[in-house]
Amino acid sequence: MEEFAALIDALVYTRSRNEKLRLIAEYLRATPDPDRGWALAALSDGLDFPAVKSSTIRNLMKDRIDPVLWSLSRDFVGDTAETASLLWPAPDEPPSPPSVSETVELLEAMNRKTVVSELPKLLDRLDPSGRYALLKLATGGMRIGVSSRLAKTAFAQAFDVSVDEVEEYWHGLAPPYPELFAWAAHGEDPPDIENLPTFRPFMLAHPLEETVVDLADYAAEWKWDGIRVQLVRAGDETRIYSRSGDDISATFPELLDVLPFPAVLDGELLVRGTHQGGEEGGAASFNALQQRLGRKTVSKKMLKEAPAFVRLYDALLVEGEDLRPSPWTERRARLEALMERLPYSHFDLSRIVEARDFDHLAQIREGSRDDSIEGLMLKRKDSPYIAGRRVGYWYKWKRDPLLVDCVLMYAQRGSGKRSSFYSDYTFGCWDGDPDRGADLLPVGKAYSGFTDEELKKLDRHVRRNTVNRFGPVRETDKSLVFEVAFDSVHESKRHKSGLAMRFPRIHRIRWDKPPHEADRVEALRALVRD
Amino acid sequence: MSAPFSWIKPEPHGIHISPADCWVDPSKAVGKALVTHGHADHARGGHGETIATPETLAIMELRYRTGAEDDAGEIPHKAVPVEYGETIRLKGGVDATYIPAGHVLGSAQILLEHAGERVIVTGDYKRREDPTCPAFEVTPCDIFITEATFGLPLFTHPPIEDEMAKLLDRLAAHPDRCVLVGAYALGKAQRVIAELRRAGHRHPIYLHGAMEKMCRLYEEHGVDLGELRLVSDYAKDDMRGAIVVCPPSALNDRWSRRLPDPITAMASGWMRVRQRARQRNVELPLVISDHADWGELTRTIKEVDAQENWITHGREDALLRWCQLHQRRARALALVGYDDEDD
Repeated sequence: MEEFAALIDALVYTRSRNEKLRLIAEYLRATPDPDRGWALAALSDGLDFPAVKSSTIRNLMKDRIDPVLWSLSRDFVGDTAETASLLWPAPDEPPSPPSVSETVELLEAMNRKTVVSELPKLLDRLDPSGRYALLKLATGGMRIGVSSRLAKTAFAQAFDVSVDEVEEYWHGLAPPYPELFAWAAHGEDPPDIENLPTFRPFMLAHPLEETVVDLADYAAEWKWDGIRVQLVRAGDETRIYSRSGDDISATFPELLDVLPFPAVLDGELLVRGTHQGGEEGGAASFNALQQRLGRKTVSKKMLKEAPAFVRLYDALLVEGEDLRPSPWTERRARLEALMERLPYSHFDLSRIVEARDFDHLAQIREGSRDDSIEGLMLKRKDSPYIAGRRVGYWYKWKRDPLLVDCVLMYAQRGSGKRSSFYSDYTFGCWDGDPDRGADLLPVGKAYSGFTDEELKKLDRHVRRNTVNRFGPVRETDKSLVFEVAFDSVHESKRHKSGLAMRFPRIHRIRWDKPPHEADRVEALRALVRD
Repeated sequence: MSAPFSWIKPEPHGIHISPADCWVDPSKAVGKALVTHGHADHARGGHGETIATPETLAIMELRYRTGAEDDAGEIPHKAVPVEYGETIRLKGGVDATYIPAGHVLGSAQILLEHAGERVIVTGDYKRREDPTCPAFEVTPCDIFITEATFGLPLFTHPPIEDEMAKLLDRLAAHPDRCVLVGAYALGKAQRVIAELRRAGHRHPIYLHGAMEKMCRLYEEHGVDLGELRLVSDYAKDDMRGAIVVCPPSALNDRWSRRLPDPITAMASGWMRVRQRARQRNVELPLVISDHADWGELTRTIKEVDAQENWITHGREDALLRWCQLHQRRARALALVGYDDEDD
C-alpha cells in the first residue's frame, strides 16, 4: 500500500500528462501481480465496494471528532476522503500497511454492519498518505486527474502494447485483469472476448465551432436528445451500455430480447412520444425519458406509457464481422440493409439530413429547435469507427443555446480542484415586477461556463456580499446578474418556480447589469416546449 | 468607574484603545498605531505615529519609506521603537508591553494594561522554533486576542526538518533542474533559507529580485542566510541543481522561464491540503507555516488561560467551537482587511 499511496500522491501533484504516464507505467512494471491489477482498476474507476460510501466515512468520523469541527473541516477541504485521512486520530502502534491485494480483500469482505469496526482497523494500519489512498480506493472515483483512458495508455506504455487493443479487451475483463497482464507483461495469448457481450468504446465528436466542412465529404444527421447507447448481443445475451460503458440493461428490459442476431450497434435511446422527429414515429422529449433513468426496477405501467426504442446511428460488428475499419458510407449501407431484420417496434434509423450546401444546412439547423433536437452531427463519409475523439472525423454542431438573465442568490463551495472556492451558484428570476416588490425564485444551479480568473472574482463577490450562511451555503445580497445559457427548460415539480433547465451554465457574468433588469419567471416559462 | 474592558473595543478596522486614542494593527491609516509585525495586512503605511519593535519599524521603513521627507522637508511620520520586554506608557493610563510572538523578525504580542486589566493582542504567532526570531512567550492576561489562520483541526504542521529533507531529496534527485520555492517575501523566505542552512545546505541560494532587500534586512539584524545570489545576475545553466526562492505570485509567472526546468515547490501551511497545492500548480508541497497550527492554537489558549478569548482572523468558527466544547469563554471578532491566502 505504501508504493500505491506514494503513486497517488505523486499523481496528485503532477501536471504533465507524460510524467503521469511515466509514473503509472513505472509502478505497473515494478509491482507484482495481482497488486498492480488492483491498482490499475482503482486508477481506471474499476473498483466498487458497496459497503464503503462517503457517508460511511462521515459516520466513522462523527464518532471520533465533534460533528461541527468535522463539517467545518470537510467544507474547507472539499473532499471527504482527504478530510478524514487528515483528521483520523494517529494510532499508538506504528503503521503496518497491508498490500493492495490484502486491502482489496478486506474491503470486499466488509458489509454495511462490519464496515464500522473493520474499516477503522485498516485505517489504523496506515499513515495519512496511506489513509488517503485507502479511502479513495474504497469509495471509488479517485479524482486525482487520471482518466480511465490515461491509466490504460500508461498500461500500454508500460508493456509496449497498443492502447486500442487494450481498450478492446478491457471491457470483457474484470479486476485484477490477470488475462491482460498475462498477455501484455508475460507474452501469453491475448484474452478471448469474441463471445462476450462487452462494451466497445464509442466514437465521439468534436464541437464544430468555427469549422466549415464540405458536404461532399461529410454527411449530416440529427443529434437526438436522448441517451447515447450501445446495444450488444453476443451468444444469447444482449446488453445495453451507456456512453461511459456502464451496463444499463436492467433499466430497459424491453430492449433485451429484440436484437435477433449477434451485433454491436450504436444509437440513441429514446422513449415513444411525439416530440422528436414526430413525422417518423416519434420520440418524447428528454424530460419524458428522464423519468425512466436511474431506476433499478421498471413498472409495467412505465413500460406501457414510456416504451423505449433505439434510433440507430451506426453498426460496429454484425454477426462476427468487424465493420469498424470500413468507411462510414459502407457501415451506413450495412445498417440500412439491417433495418428490415430489426423489429420496427424497437428500432428505427436516424435519418440523414439532406442539404444543398453548408449554408443551407445552417438554415436547417436554425429551424431545429422546434423539434427538440440537440443539433446536428457531421460525419466524414470515409471515417472508420475509432474509439474516442479524432480530429476531422466527426463533429457535433449543437444548436445555439437559450439565454436568460438571472440573479445570483446562493453560492456553495465546490469540491476537488475548486475546493474552498464558492463555485456552485443558485440563481433566480423575478416572480413578478421587481420594482413592485416581487421576489426572486430560484430557477436553476450552475457550476460551469466561467474561467478560473472569473471564478476568483465570483468567489470574492460571494465572500464580500454574503448576507446569510447556512452551513456550506452562503446567501448573497442578490446584486449580481448572470446570463445563463441552457439547452431547454421543462416543467418540474421539484423546484419552487415549477421549472427546470437542462444543462444550465454561466454564459456571461453581467457585472454591469442592475439586478432588477434580470428576467422574470414568466419569460423562462414561455420557453417551455413540452 | 466604567464597565470592565470598556476601554478596548474591536472595530471593523482594528482594535481601538479609547483612553489612548490609538489602534492595534489598523487596516486603515490612523493617527496612532501599535503594530504587531511587518506583514502588510497588519502594518500598513500612512499612520501619523507607529509604535512597534525596531525590527518591525525597519521592515515598514523598507516597504513604505515611512521615514521619507515630504516636499517641505519634514518627516510626517513618527516612529516609536519599543524593544521586547519594554513597556511604553500611552495616554489615558494605558501601558503597552511588546512580547515576542515567534511569527517573523520583529513580531510581537502586545500586552495592554489599564486599570488593572490585562489584554494581549497576539497579531500572528507560532510556537515552533524559528532561527530568525525569538520564541513566543506565554504571558498571563484577562483577555487573549488570538489569530486563527490555521484554526481547523486538520492543520498539523509537520516538523520542519521533514519538509527540508523532502526538499533536499527532490533537489538531489534532479541535478539538471532547479527547485523553485514559493515563499512569502517577509519571514517565510528567510526562515526557509535559514532552515536549509541548518540542514547543511551550503550551496548558494538564488533569489527573485523582490526578495533581496528583505533578506539583506534580516542579515543586518543578525540572521545568517549564507551565500545568496540574484537570479538576474546568472545564466540558466548556473542554477541547475540549485534552490531558487521567489514570492508565491512568481511561481507560475513568465519570470520562471529563465530557470532550468524548475520543480515548483511552495512553502505554506495550506499545502497540507492536496487540492490547495493543486490549485496553485505546486508539484512539491512543503507544509511550512509561520502561524500556529491547530494544536498550537488550542495549547496556547489553555496555557494562557485567560478569562476570555477573542478570535480574530482566519477560521474563527472552529476555534470558537473548540472553546465552547472546552468551557472557555470566547467570541469571534469581525475584523476586515486581514488576508491569509499566501502564508
